[in-house]
Amino acid sequence: MAAVAMTVNGKAVSGDVDPRTLLVQYLRDTLRLTGTHVACDTSQCGACVVHLGGEAIKSCTILAVQCQGADILTIEGLANGAELHPMQAAFREHHGLQCGFCTPGMIMTAVDMVRRLGHELDDHTIREELEGNLCRCTGYHNIVKSIAAGARAMAPGAGGEPLRVAAE
Amino acid sequence: MAATTTGVGARVQRLEDKRFITGRGRYTDDIERPGQLHAYFLRSPHAHARIQAIDTEAARAAPGVAAVYTGRDIKKFVPTSDDLTEEDIGGLICGWMIHSKDGSPMKGSAHPALARDTVRYVGDHVAVVVAETLRQAQDAAELIAVSYDLLEPVTDTATAQHEGQAEVHQGIARNTVFEWELGDRAATDQAFARAAHVTRLTFTNNRLVPNPMEPRAAIGEYDPGEEQFTLHTTSQNPHVARLILSAFVGLAPEHKLRVIAPDVGGGFGSKIFVYAEEVVCLWAARRLKRPVRWASERTEAFLCDAHGRDHVTTAELATDRDGTILGLRVKTVANLGAYLSTFASSVPTYLYATLLSGQYAIPAIHAEVDAVYTNTAPVDAYRGAGRPEATFVVERLVEVCARELGMDPVAFRRKNFVTSFPHQTPVIMTYDAGDYDAAMVKALEMADIAGLPERKRRSAAAGKLRGVGYSAYIEACGIAPSQAVGSLGAGVGLWESAEVRVNPTGNIEVLTGSHSHGQGHETTFAQLVCERLGVPIDTVKIVHGDTDKVQFGMGTYGSRSGAVGMSALSKALDKIVAKGRKVAGHVLEASEGDIEFKDGRFQVAGTDKALGFADMALQAYIAHKFNGSELEPGLKEGAFWDPTNFTFPAGVHICEIEIDPETGTSRIDRWTAVDDFGRVINPMIVEGQVHGGIAQGIGQALLEGARYDPSGQLVTASFMDYTMPRAGDLPDFALGLTVTDCPSNPLGMKGCGEAGAIAAPPAVVNALTDALGHEHVTMPATPEVIWRAVRHRSLPMAAE
Ligand code: FES
Ligand code: FES
Repeated sequence: MAAVAMTVNGKAVSGDVDPRTLLVQYLRDTLRLTGTHVACDTSQCGACVVHLGGEAIKSCTILAVQCQGADILTIEGLANGAELHPMQAAFREHHGLQCGFCTPGMIMTAVDMVRRLGHELDDHTIREELEGNLCRCTGYHNIVKSIAAGARAMAPGAGGEPLRVAAE
Repeated sequence: MAATTTGVGARVQRLEDKRFITGRGRYTDDIERPGQLHAYFLRSPHAHARIQAIDTEAARAAPGVAAVYTGRDIKKFVPTSDDLTEEDIGGLICGWMIHSKDGSPMKGSAHPALARDTVRYVGDHVAVVVAETLRQAQDAAELIAVSYDLLEPVTDTATAQHEGQAEVHQGIARNTVFEWELGDRAATDQAFARAAHVTRLTFTNNRLVPNPMEPRAAIGEYDPGEEQFTLHTTSQNPHVARLILSAFVGLAPEHKLRVIAPDVGGGFGSKIFVYAEEVVCLWAARRLKRPVRWASERTEAFLCDAHGRDHVTTAELATDRDGTILGLRVKTVANLGAYLSTFASSVPTYLYATLLSGQYAIPAIHAEVDAVYTNTAPVDAYRGAGRPEATFVVERLVEVCARELGMDPVAFRRKNFVTSFPHQTPVIMTYDAGDYDAAMVKALEMADIAGLPERKRRSAAAGKLRGVGYSAYIEACGIAPSQAVGSLGAGVGLWESAEVRVNPTGNIEVLTGSHSHGQGHETTFAQLVCERLGVPIDTVKIVHGDTDKVQFGMGTYGSRSGAVGMSALSKALDKIVAKGRKVAGHVLEASEGDIEFKDGRFQVAGTDKALGFADMALQAYIAHKFNGSELEPGLKEGAFWDPTNFTFPAGVHICEIEIDPETGTSRIDRWTAVDDFGRVINPMIVEGQVHGGIAQGIGQALLEGARYDPSGQLVTASFMDYTMPRAGDLPDFALGLTVTDCPSNPLGMKGCGEAGAIAAPPAVVNALTDALGHEHVTMPATPEVIWRAVRHRSLPMAAE
């Protein structure tokens, strides 16, 4: 067993884990944050994407013990209380999800995309940037639309637009 | 009232989305049970072998291990105790009987959940370890020693019946499940005898792995006090799973088994079927009296989820001199894998050959289908199921035939379209309504086919090859009229049920036997309620996927939830309104016949006396105004809807592709789809279904192909080796609709879930072959295939 302590969604967590435990297993099985999904065993689907120190990572590809002291954000921590994050709202508004299984990873990837590339994302850029995320349901068409709209809605001053709707 | 913005036809944002976008979906593997154990399956590394011995002793002694079971252990329980009988539990079944042309029944085979003496594909289930943690189960599985006596594997579809091949199942000659036919051989032979032209094609419809993003999972539970079983599972049809597990596998009586399919992350057919892991988890839960859970790894999903397609076909189209189709002849060998999966036998037969008339008036058709066993994963329904294979046959044939005759492929199609309805094809189906020309005309315009020559010139100037391909598809959906499918061999009826429970406060719970695993039923079904009862959409809740809540249902597949499931709901809503009229009549002291129901209000005609829907509901429950002998209290109605015909969605997809002849890479530049789904409940959701279907169809055409090597190893068993479509592989899709009402259900709906997957593959291949100028392209048309095809053109002698 190895001791591990980190911040997840703004809360300090700590405990002992089998050193082989992947971050995604720690999140899902120990912390019971099951919004982060596992859809492959070769690090290729992106269903498991979370943010580590603000950057998107595949949580199936890092050990929990490697995240010692890190700041982790999962899909459960993205909304501001009852208020959806603009990217979450954009996925709903543009029907960017069907079964929802790839969705947490898509949204976390998209938020990171905006952080790196800004608020005006063209379709080609978005499609290239989704290289590490698989969706079997949507054919990506509406995911691309969702991300473009979400990126714009995340721009400072874009608040109050219809995208920024309350979660309730 | 709200119906205009949330009723039928509105682009209502999905009610289920909130939990998914906030990470609060509840999929099977998200559920935790106190005291749970983890199952790990030891799978066969060999395609075909006899099991000489399995030594589980070391595994059983390993840390954390609760039990290790093999096929010899899985016996039936003595009903009144925890002891086991000597009798094996039942095997997995195939629920559709096909008869060969000589009248003999198909050759089924035993399909035990855990192999008894022989393994028949890589991934076949050899043993299960149940342990406190998954790691412990995995570690212990490595300690199981199995000695195998290797047998010759059979992996190739086309040669599985050949002399000298091993027998996948001992005693089943030529590995042949059935040799089936449909249509009129003599009439077809005559048509070919008088034909001026015959187009002949031989091709493979490539094997696919469905790969819903959520891998399968199961949690079996047993409550010894109540003698009650619960199975959480990734199912598209939990009631069918319960029926099979009860009646055939014999695990539990139906009333003592609750099957719950919670949020399910996509299915595409692969989660229709009952699988070994579900059987074993339930059985082990009873044996150990603790919950037993299992979740598939992706590699296991590649190895063991039922695959799709895998046909080898020779097809011929006979025409007269002016391009009128006279007849169609098809001979297909369909690979069903090592065992017959739940509905495997129906896919290459009644879901395939019945669609071989396409959108065309073809006087004579004869189809022969041989189904074969091989040492590969079972093959069953995958999005489209038989209909993509049929559409590929028809749409490749008409395209090539037109080219051979020197006719425009569009003109050739239009000349042969069915134009009057109902239209009886020579292969069972009666097309009820459609306007195929309207879809074609609209698609040509949307795709700007008029501008194609100029675009081809520009591509050529840039050293590229540009081609356009058409696919005028038809499918039979709304599966299915029970009497019809019964006469064709189905073991079940394919109606659907719905129950509407109105609560005293006026809000509404709808229980449906349909199951949503991405289709958005929680929204579309609520839209229908909203439209019909005039109630706000947020007062409606859709309940599905739990056999303890929903009485019975056949589930979701075959684009049936709208046409069949919502028709049942429509019928139940009619009954609610009828009862509401009675209640309102009593309360308003008017005769029932004078009560009008409009915009959510029951009104005495010609007066301003009225009762809102919620007030009526309250009156139904307090029942002060009528005595029980003349009107029962309460407000709950159910209905079963059995369709009278299949539905026939149809449309035209146009693919425009550009090839780089230097590298063999291709890029889809435009995709146009014009579909006739009849009436549409939520256009946003329908578009999403079409997008997803097209993506899977393009995947089949350009990227995806499951390959077994001659030793039976699946060499495409991960996302590294099996190319799933990614965002960068696909274009934006331009979608349009034409509408002809479906006459066989009250909503006029036809279904939209499979259209894209059915339409797309021939559109892509027709575009590629148009660009290349010859027909020698196989699916998946990877850059290597295209690169070779380009050389085939410049060096035809070398490649022939
Ligand atoms: S689970 Fe597939 S990339 Fe992490
Ligand atoms: S929405 Fe189902 S996998 Fe993306």
